[in-house]
Amino acid sequence: MATTTSTPVAATSVSTQRRPRTGYLLLLPGIAWLAVFFVVPIITLLITSLQAPVPGRSGVYTLGFEVSNYADALSAYWPQFIRSFVYASIATILALLLAYPLAYFIAFKAGRWRALMLVLVVAPFFASFLLRTYAWRTILSDEGAITSFFNALNLLPDNRILNTPIGVVLGLTYNFLPFMILPLYAALEKIDPRLIEAANDLYARPFTGFRKVIWPLSLPGVVAGTLLTFIPASGDFINARLLGSPSDSMVGTAIQVNFLQFRDYPVASALSFILMAIILTVVFIYIRRAGTEDLV
Amino acid sequence: MTLAPGANGVDVADLTLINLTKSFGDFIAVDDLTLTIPAGSFFALLGPSGCGKTTTLRMVAGLEDPTAGQIMLGDRDLTSLKAFKRPVNTVFQSYALFPHLDVFENVAFGLRRRGIKDVAGQVNQMLELVELGPLARRKPGQLSGGQQQRVAVARALINNPGVLLLDEPLGALDLKLRRQMQIELKRIQTEVGTSFVHVTHDQEEAMTMADTVAVMNMGRIEQMGAPVDIYDLPTTRFVATFLGQSNEIEGQIVESSGDELVFSAYGQRFGVPASRSVVDQGPAYLGVRPEKLGIVPAGQADSVAAQANQVSGKITDTSFAGVSTQYMVMTSWGDEWIVFEQNRSASQPLRPGDEVVVHWLVEHSFGLSPQV
Ligand SMILES: Nc1ncnc2c1ncn2[C@@H]1O[C@H](COP(=O)(O)OP(=O)(O)OP(=O)(O)O)[C@@H](O)[C@H]1O
Ligand SMILES: [Mg+2]
Repeated sequence: MATTTSTPVAATSVSTQRRPRTGYLLLLPGIAWLAVFFVVPIITLLITSLQAPVPGRSGVYTLGFEVSNYADALSAYWPQFIRSFVYASIATILALLLAYPLAYFIAFKAGRWRALMLVLVVAPFFASFLLRTYAWRTILSDEGAITSFFNALNLLPDNRILNTPIGVVLGLTYNFLPFMILPLYAALEKIDPRLIEAANDLYARPFTGFRKVIWPLSLPGVVAGTLLTFIPASGDFINARLLGSPSDSMVGTAIQVNFLQFRDYPVASALSFILMAIILTVVFIYIRRAGTEDLV
Repeated sequence: MTLAPGANGVDVADLTLINLTKSFGDFIAVDDLTLTIPAGSFFALLGPSGCGKTTTLRMVAGLEDPTAGQIMLGDRDLTSLKAFKRPVNTVFQSYALFPHLDVFENVAFGLRRRGIKDVAGQVNQMLELVELGPLARRKPGQLSGGQQQRVAVARALINNPGVLLLDEPLGALDLKLRRQMQIELKRIQTEVGTSFVHVTHDQEEAMTMADTVAVMNMGRIEQMGAPVDIYDLPTTRFVATFLGQSNEIEGQIVESSGDELVFSAYGQRFGVPASRSVVDQGPAYLGVRPEKLGIVPAGQADSVAAQANQVSGKITDTSFAGVSTQYMVMTSWGDEWIVFEQNRSASQPLRPGDEVVVHWLVEHSFGLSPQV
């Protein structure tokens, strides 16, 4: 009897003391993971990007402080950087235009089909990224229905889609679309549909109601979705490789070629670092401008 | 009197619903409703959960299309007008304030949508009216329930609607705040002169606030009128029990000559004025309100006037509540009756087990049809 009454008291006093430390313990696995798979590689990458070549032995480098690697990388590959950001930007805008109405429909109109539609959105992930992009070679092929259709309307500058920038942008849009839809859906789904009725009741036409109520409330989803699309799209090399011509290559292509074919590790690392720096800057400015402090 | 000047000289008009019906599939939520809400009145729509109150309001606001019928404001037909074109505003059951806008912008929303540029004067005046001036820059999430409720009222009222629809606006508040807001709402209504249609399932709220109460049940209006009139003379058994409490006896009307009907049940005869009975022959229910009853110990039955209606029984429960005492009395035929007795004399309350006679004046009886 005595033990049963005293135990709860002891338990509460211990747990109030221990709670803060338990909280930090929960962080340990995450910190360990980040240390091994993020911090260590990034330091390795930084060191590699500053290495100097060993004369006479290609593919072998020594510790150094060759800042010129960065200048070389930029002067050799600035067109790839520009293409990366232009393609990624267009793909992000296209994905937003496609995803918003779809996410809106799933969130507000789909009713009992909602779960099924969400499954369909992520269904492409069941097949490999590479395989799906290969499939797009067939879809966009010169003899394919899509190319023929647009050619009949005389809308294609090169009379083809495959192996042109259009093919690359379409591939990027397709591959990263779910990353746009899901955060948009998550943001829209949280919005109380009665707010739409309240706006209508207060003299807002349907479109005005959307512009003044739904759009601002969905902005966190728009920001998250555009970042999740833009960042991987600007570093991608598969789409440029499979759906574009060599002259459509992106930074990802340059990094891949330097690492695996030329074995020029310092330039490849320098390219990675420059890409990362530009993306971080763009994201920082973007989040500032979008003014969604609660996103990060 | 169709038109009365409302706030800022805007005309407030009678709201008329004509044969208004709404079905969801086979289910009829609002069944052939016809009623007029006079301009400038405080109208309460009272009824149990699911009886069609919200659906009725939504049809008036234009958020739900009627299956049949017509909605008129003055001589304007609103029936096919889109919600954003109706001169009607709503205080929603859950407020539905815009979470990304502050109090000021929430209240200014309707004005801005109608292209009014200089809103500050009107908004501040409205915030003054609902006593929210200092909180103008807060977001709805930073307000208490009562403050949110006042923002919702201000946001709707600033548009000078012909009718303000309030869907259980006090439902989420605790009892004390509820009473306070009832007084507040009533004050605002008197001040601006707009018609208020107030939906509630709290009968006390309906009776204290409204000029006219309509009791709704299963999509139909059971009875409509001034609170005192409905309370004094309910015309259906549903109203008799939903609005306040009632005691009832099941029986037959056996004589209907003259002003007074004779009602017979369990071998006893009771009187009910012909003008207070909806049936004048055959099966019927006789009703009486608990506070209209007198109660005396069985031994003093002679002191009761001979022409008064009388029921004898036994007290099963006594609860003393300061100003009054509530007795539960088991009648000789086994029904449970409620009696409210003012504590005017110095004598002790009667106790459970005491044999008593419960009596009331003929003119306090009412006669009802047996259907619920
Ligand atoms: N969209 C709908 N589809 C089907 N049935 C509905 C719909 N809206 C309401 N109903 C039904 O219509 C009836 C009336 O609903 P309503 O919301 O008007 O009730 P209420 O009187 O406002 O109730 P409460 O006091 O609980 O708010 C209910 O039985 C409800 O289930
Ligand atoms: Mg309701």
